[in-house]
Amino acid sequence: MTSVESGVPVLRLWRVTKTYGEGASAVQALRGISLVVHRRDYVAVMGASGSGKSTLMSILGCLDVPTSGRYLLDGIDVEALDDDEIAEIRNRRIGFVFQSFNLLPQLTAVQNVELPLTYAGVRRAERRRRAENALAAVGLAHRLHHRPATMSGGERQRVAVARAIVAEPSLVLADEPTGNLDSSATAEVLDVFAQLNEVGRTIVLITHEADVARHAKRIVRIRDGRIVDDVRLAPIEAAPPRPGLPGHQVSGAAP
Amino acid sequence: MIRLEHVRIALAGIAHNTLRSILTMLGILIGVGSVIVLVAVGTGSAAAVQRTIEGLGTNLLQINRQFAFGAFGRATTGTLSRSSNLTASDVRALEDRSANPDIVAVAPVVNVPSVTAVFQGASYSPALFVGTTSAYQQIKDYRVAEGNFFTDADETQHNRVAVIGQTVATNLFGNTDPVGNVVRFNGVSYQVIGLLAVKGTNGAQDQDDIVIAPLSAVQDTLTGYGASYSSIVVEAASPSRQSAAQAEITATLEQTHHIAAGSPDDFRILNQASLLQTTQSSSRIFTTLLGAVAAISLLVGGIGVMNIMLVTVTERTREIGIRKAIGAKRSDIMAQFVVEAILLTAIGGLLGVFAGVVGSRFTILGIHPIIADYSIFLAFGVAVVTGLFFGLYPASRAARLLPVEALRYE
Repeated sequence: MTSVESGVPVLRLWRVTKTYGEGASAVQALRGISLVVHRRDYVAVMGASGSGKSTLMSILGCLDVPTSGRYLLDGIDVEALDDDEIAEIRNRRIGFVFQSFNLLPQLTAVQNVELPLTYAGVRRAERRRRAENALAAVGLAHRLHHRPATMSGGERQRVAVARAIVAEPSLVLADEPTGNLDSSATAEVLDVFAQLNEVGRTIVLITHEADVARHAKRIVRIRDGRIVDDVRLAPIEAAPPRPGLPGHQVSGAAP
Repeated sequence: MIRLEHVRIALAGIAHNTLRSILTMLGILIGVGSVIVLVAVGTGSAAAVQRTIEGLGTNLLQINRQFAFGAFGRATTGTLSRSSNLTASDVRALEDRSANPDIVAVAPVVNVPSVTAVFQGASYSPALFVGTTSAYQQIKDYRVAEGNFFTDADETQHNRVAVIGQTVATNLFGNTDPVGNVVRFNGVSYQVIGLLAVKGTNGAQDQDDIVIAPLSAVQDTLTGYGASYSSIVVEAASPSRQSAAQAEITATLEQTHHIAAGSPDDFRILNQASLLQTTQSSSRIFTTLLGAVAAISLLVGGIGVMNIMLVTVTERTREIGIRKAIGAKRSDIMAQFVVEAILLTAIGGLLGVFAGVVGSRFTILGIHPIIADYSIFLAFGVAVVTGLFFGLYPASRAARLLPVEALRYE
């Protein structure tokens, strides 16, 4: 795995733009974003709706390609890759966490978590073992065989996080992961992110909530498709800050 | 490449939407089942017709008179120029084994028209009253259920005896045993010495509506010694020797009738083999037609599969987006949906084979269906290929979906 090549930044964006449509009706969602994210960092990308942060998320996740500029993931130029190679990048190097969880309703928690390994061609027994470990890491070892419909929002999102980390990706990419959660579930999920970062995972979290963003080591603010602010709250080597949420007790380290 | 995982995923997809999957399979089931049943009905009816024709006497050749009219250019007198006669000398010539090695039996036949049979106040007119020799039984493959067929001795002694068919027996005797009783045919008394076994219909006529008596007695009492027999029936050595036997008959009769080579014959030979061939080819057309109708319903079933797969793909756009986001390749998505379509048709096809085999055990429209092996493999194979064919388009649509758009789909 390339996750040990610590010298290469996980993400390197250089003057990335994205334009939807053509001619007079063209909308410029990104107007030249340059950004470097190093290994073990925990970055919150903040912006109001319409700021271009969802577009940025699609490009970072290789779900979409930039109109111009360059994007290197683990030093690999994504633009040069064909469809299957990009699918492999999404499979091995990126773990997605979505606002709406995006679990498959017909599968149990452990089956959902297994999916990325299925597409990576991992054998069944090995798959099951790693999926169970991932679910244990997010504190759901006791909910392996529940379907999403029987779980709470916080639990579902933690299953999604387990799915995101099961293939040991270079980058965990979370798009408004707490957008659909109440404050206690939000605390649960942020807690999981903090622990993951502590054990070395690189996390990029996209949000519009300042309370959530404060849990990252670095906050990047976007407005009208440009980076307007880039603040470091804690050094990369340090543990992530745990400010807690207003009106909510910090749960502390997991058992 | 299709891996075991794709089959697992596809099976889960089918199981997830049970009702819809069952309805889709039903279309294929009916298609495959009806192909098998209808082809079986066609095959069964062909076999039934063949059995009846073979029942006439498998190796039977029948010689009829043929009238040659002057108007057709042979003679210029304008009247009936020749009426050929089938005579005892013809029969003797045909019985010559050295000249006709492929003929095993010959029997002259005199049909007596409009005979009325009377027994103790009951009266009945049999469809056929035949005067012939004892060889007739073997040639026409008649079996005796009770009593005996008449013998050569009965023929030479001009004995007034008769063998009757079941239809005649029922009409004349009811439940009484006919054997031994005396029946008056057009006023002449004959003793019934045998009852023929049921032979059934040959399609055109009831073969049990018959009375058979020795030629000598019939000529004595009913027809007189006319110039010609009605026909001569001949048995060939085997079905494969029929055309050889026909050639020998032609040669022999052309000699006895003094017909020059190249001139039209004054007799006509009905060949069982050619009759069989005609009916076989017509029943083949019948079977093909039935199969084609069933194949259309299979096609309709296939379109149903495509319809459902398109709906499934649309409905599962989000699922496709998720799978792609976590690393499914185009080929993975493609395989998932193609395998799902093939599984639907394969399972439906298997059930259809089962239904077809069970359905073919029943008598349909009086026909006992006979399952043709090829129809099972063909119907099942076509069903699976249909799944592949009609699954490809929806699957490729699924595979081409852009993940970013698929994820946004609600």
